[in-house]
Amino acid sequence: MSARRIFARPARFAAIAPYLWMVLFFLVPFGFVLKISLSQTAIAQPPYTPVFDFTEGRAALAAAFAQLSFDNFRLLISDNLYILSYLRSLVVAVTATLILLLIGYPIAYGMARLPQRWQGVAMMLVIVPFWTSFLIRIYAWINILQHDGLLNQVLLALHIVSAPVVWLSTDSAMYLGIVYSYLPFMILPLYATLSRMDASLLEAAGDLGASPLQAFWLVTFPLSLPGVGAGALLCFIPIVGEFVIPDLLAGSNSLMIGQTLWLEFFTNKDWPVASAAAVALLLLLVPPLVLYDRLQRRQLEANS
Amino acid sequence: MARTVTRLTRFNMTSLALGLAFLYLPIVILVIYSFNASRLVTVWGGWSLRWYREFFNDRAMLDAAWMSLSVAAASATLATLLGTLAAVGLARGERFRGRALFSGMLYSPLVMPEVISGLSLLLLFVALNAERGFWTVTIAHTTLTMCFVTVVVQSRLSTLDRSLEEAAMDLGCDPVRAFLLVTLPLIVPAIVAGWMLAFTLSLDDVVIASFTTGPGSATLPIRIYSEVRLGVKPEINAICTLVIALIAVIIVIASFASKLSSARGESGAAL
Repeated sequence: MSARRIFARPARFAAIAPYLWMVLFFLVPFGFVLKISLSQTAIAQPPYTPVFDFTEGRAALAAAFAQLSFDNFRLLISDNLYILSYLRSLVVAVTATLILLLIGYPIAYGMARLPQRWQGVAMMLVIVPFWTSFLIRIYAWINILQHDGLLNQVLLALHIVSAPVVWLSTDSAMYLGIVYSYLPFMILPLYATLSRMDASLLEAAGDLGASPLQAFWLVTFPLSLPGVGAGALLCFIPIVGEFVIPDLLAGSNSLMIGQTLWLEFFTNKDWPVASAAAVALLLLLVPPLVLYDRLQRRQLEANS
Repeated sequence: MARTVTRLTRFNMTSLALGLAFLYLPIVILVIYSFNASRLVTVWGGWSLRWYREFFNDRAMLDAAWMSLSVAAASATLATLLGTLAAVGLARGERFRGRALFSGMLYSPLVMPEVISGLSLLLLFVALNAERGFWTVTIAHTTLTMCFVTVVVQSRLSTLDRSLEEAAMDLGCDPVRAFLLVTLPLIVPAIVAGWMLAFTLSLDDVVIASFTTGPGSATLPIRIYSEVRLGVKPEINAICTLVIALIAVIIVIASFASKLSSARGESGAAL
């Protein structure tokens, strides 16, 4: 016991360097986003000069504070483009998470029921695509979905359609891309809870007269809810801010918030509005992030 | 009795098979098409290495590939160092002030939308007046990937038998030596797997790199991305296949390392 405490001191010292790194490169940058989002477009336009100049002392700082404005946020609220892209992100993320759950659950369930020695192989097979480049996997779908791509060729050859169908630049293509990219994130937490489940509980349900379907709904599914929560959050949070998939696969008439932010930043070069969009997006994500952080910590600390 | 309840049903098998086919078929098709001699994606013109030759003659693409590989190597190394230290702090540091903030900072980048991380880091670099290019992208990728390394190493540390370290200290080791002589050799496979994961994540990133890089130093994903926006090009198929092959090698090494890790963990527990 005391050995543990003696060990803890240098371990805490080990954390100092990563601690400082994360404060400098993760926490402090958010301060800058907040600051730029509150500044005037003219001042902070690139090539941008800092709004706060710490070398000029407190008077300059006070003057800078007086210049802070909520204009960018007012713009976000007043302009339909931002509200619509905000809402679209939410709708897309919720829909995609539900589809992922519907597809991922049966797969995870199948994995958990495999013989023990096959479970490791199946898990490996699910993890490998996660390691493979995300961009490449989206690109692979463009290959298949384009006008004269494999999908249309197959459909034409089977006489299912008479003319090539437009797949690219549609919402269906975007959902397909999102589901494809995030499926491993949904399967792995589900599998983790399902594989730990005590099989005797199902036996007991069966002995007490439940049909397999009843046993699933009344025993298996409720017990797998922590995995459902973890998988849903792990997918929902990044999907809300997704940029690459909607940009490459969806049409350009309605944008997600990540695309709007990108457009403001790279095309319109309006850094303050882009920052305001980032703050708005972050506020939206705070509740799921807190929930996720709590789940993650509980899980990691349950192990030790 | 248990057999009948937990038996693999046909439904289980079908969903598993369909799921895996869904995950792998597009990649397999991409790889096959990269060897297509025809310029048209629709027409199969026989097997050929034409697009690979095209890539190796494309100066701009090769530069981007070199930039990506060096950023990935540098950031993965930094991230592994910092992530391992963070994991040790979290798994062995017991309670300390700011622990909740620390773990929060380490877990949230795992799900943080990349547009936010990218934009915020860029604003920091601009404020610091740093020249954007290799180092800014490396720092950005280190920040993101060290969190993944932390999770991998921390979960290994938390399953490790702590009585081994305690025994070493009872036998006269100071904590640092106990860590270096007992703990570190046991977690090396997890550290290796963490490095590999960080490397592939860095090689994959397009959004954060777009924000944090400067003019004239595009990474491979940035170049692929701008080409893909213009449509499918057979050369991109070849480049993607090469990246997939590289990642496949890395996965084999990483899985070997983690297998070693669990084997050592068992023999460690048996001690």
